[in-house]
Amino acid sequence: MHQTTAAPAIVATGLRKRFGDVVALDGLDLTVPEGSVLGLLGPNGAGKTTAVSILTTLLEPDEGSATIAGADLRTQPGEVRRRIGLSGQFAAVDEVLTGRENLVMIGRLYRLGRTRSKQRAAELLERFDLSDAGDRPVKTYSGGMRRRLDLAGALVAEPPVLFLDEPTTGLDPRSRIELWGVIRELVSRGATLLLTTQYLEEADQLADDIVVIDHGRAIASGTADQLKAQVGGERIELVVADAARLDDAHQVLAAHATGDIEVQVPARALQAPIDGGVDVLTDVLQELRHRQIEISDVGIRRPTLDDVFLTLTGHVAEEPDDDAQRTDRAEVTA
Amino acid sequence: MSQTAIEPTTAGGAGGRISWRDTLSDIGVIAHRNVIKITRVPEVLVFVLLSPIMFVLLFAYVFGNSIDIPGTTYREFLIAGIFAQTVLFGATFTGAGIAEDMQKGIIDRFKSLPMSRSAVLAGRTASDVIYNVLSVAIMALTGLAVGWRIRGSILEAVGGFALLLLFAYAISWVMAWVALLVPSVEVINNASFMVIFPLTFVANTFVPAEDLPGPLQTFAEWNPVSAVTQAARELFGNIPPGTPEPTAWSLQNPVLYTLIWVVITVAVFAPLSVSRYQRSSTR
Ligand SMILES: Nc1ncnc2c1ncn2[C@@H]1O[C@H](COP(=O)(O)OP(=O)(O)OP(=O)(O)O)[C@@H](O)[C@H]1O
Ligand SMILES: [Mg+2]
Repeated sequence: MHQTTAAPAIVATGLRKRFGDVVALDGLDLTVPEGSVLGLLGPNGAGKTTAVSILTTLLEPDEGSATIAGADLRTQPGEVRRRIGLSGQFAAVDEVLTGRENLVMIGRLYRLGRTRSKQRAAELLERFDLSDAGDRPVKTYSGGMRRRLDLAGALVAEPPVLFLDEPTTGLDPRSRIELWGVIRELVSRGATLLLTTQYLEEADQLADDIVVIDHGRAIASGTADQLKAQVGGERIELVVADAARLDDAHQVLAAHATGDIEVQVPARALQAPIDGGVDVLTDVLQELRHRQIEISDVGIRRPTLDDVFLTLTGHVAEEPDDDAQRTDRAEVTA
Repeated sequence: MSQTAIEPTTAGGAGGRISWRDTLSDIGVIAHRNVIKITRVPEVLVFVLLSPIMFVLLFAYVFGNSIDIPGTTYREFLIAGIFAQTVLFGATFTGAGIAEDMQKGIIDRFKSLPMSRSAVLAGRTASDVIYNVLSVAIMALTGLAVGWRIRGSILEAVGGFALLLLFAYAISWVMAWVALLVPSVEVINNASFMVIFPLTFVANTFVPAEDLPGPLQTFAEWNPVSAVTQAARELFGNIPPGTPEPTAWSLQNPVLYTLIWVVITVAVFAPLSVSRYQRSSTR
């Protein structure tokens, strides 16, 4: 927070880490400008958690260097820890202590002092909807409640740089949207955030920049829009009611298409890349009506991050699942 | 009890060094957390309190009459040995506690905080002394009930108890290191039994060391468990006049030998554990 505004809050260059035969990180570079959100997107085993562990001083990289909020990871790990908050992939809370005791303990270890720690704990319990459960041992909490408590733990000292590893995995949709609200609020107050996620929608919603990683390497980066553009722009999709009119519909679309039209005969469906959105769609619809071509479905399809993901990594983003993860990794390293 | 907090030189790096005051405060926070946990898991506490009673009664009544120690009753001879064995078992809680913290992932949280790198371990070994204070107190009361008596001065007896606790404290650091190497509660518990039984039986805890055959006798004489037991016997005044002087230096100077052993153990295993802690990864 004390640096000039131009300096990025997180800079990592050439991070490399191997575990035995597995190369978890293979020369990863990251830059996160102060006050922005970087979404680190990647399939199971891509190296997201390893990257977070290294940047939060839990693991030492084999190679590479990084600066967090102006502090060098290798030479000033203590300073780094003072300036960061971490919520790891698996909730790191004490089950026997109550939620409040957990937060007070973290506050005291950040050296906020007794009074301030208690005050922060109360504020955060309130904010994360845990006030009622605050004085119960954590082992009575549901998975989502633990997750929220763990996130609260990362915010105790209001650190300028936050690392959240799959923060909404295991949350119900309501909690997830609430949490997005909390994250946006933090960022609006100037926090810098590195967020890993399996949910493409989440990266789309929250991240200013997205880095897609696979096999420990960045394979694409940019804003959500830039990434989508990389996969291709918008398309019109239409389904004709009568298969006999497919060719006529093709003619209509051809006048507006910016590229090849895809025809799926059995589905009576046509897909055409366009440029111009709803206006083009309106024109197409008018012409179809004019020629009395009946259609049963029509729409504009914009590429989602799912498409980006699929195109870039060659596989669909999976829901986090430990077993699947292991087999997936075995194949990757074979 | 004074804490031996070791601040590794790599801890904070330039400008990031953690002061002794902050380190002590961190140790306090961690120890406080562990104490809360002791009170919330009464099962462990019940075990800690019942097993010394069981041991004292078992040995006093099962073996108490069958083994003959010249000049004293076996019970009186035995009590210090049971004290030593029990605090040794108490020290293994440190290993189980750390292994559990590693398994549950809370260590990752601690490692990401700007706290002293040694506080998690120093706080743990310090708070585990409480288990042993409790079990020593219970054992002493049970011992008194079955006829054991302190025949020296109270001050010496207090010294005897302190020495037992110090000894256990040193063992705690060994257990901490083991737990960081093999972070599994089950493995730690089984391994502890395999180490503690030979250590407490090939010693002068239950029979005089002189009664053991050749090499075992030498092992028993230099076994620190023998020294701390011998020291406790002396300090409790449980060695009757006319008992022949032990031949090994370690048993002739049991207090000194125990203290040397405690200092060396902590000096070796505390830094080893702290550096292991820093490199440990919970996954
Ligand atoms: N401690 C470890 N020991 C051995 N291999 C490891 C270790 N940690 C990670 N790996 C391996 O490194 C690779 C990257 O793992 P990482 O946990 O960083 O992936 P991830 O992107 O977080 O995956 P996920 O989405 O499943 O959480 C994997 O192949 C994994 O098996
Ligand atoms: Mg992960």
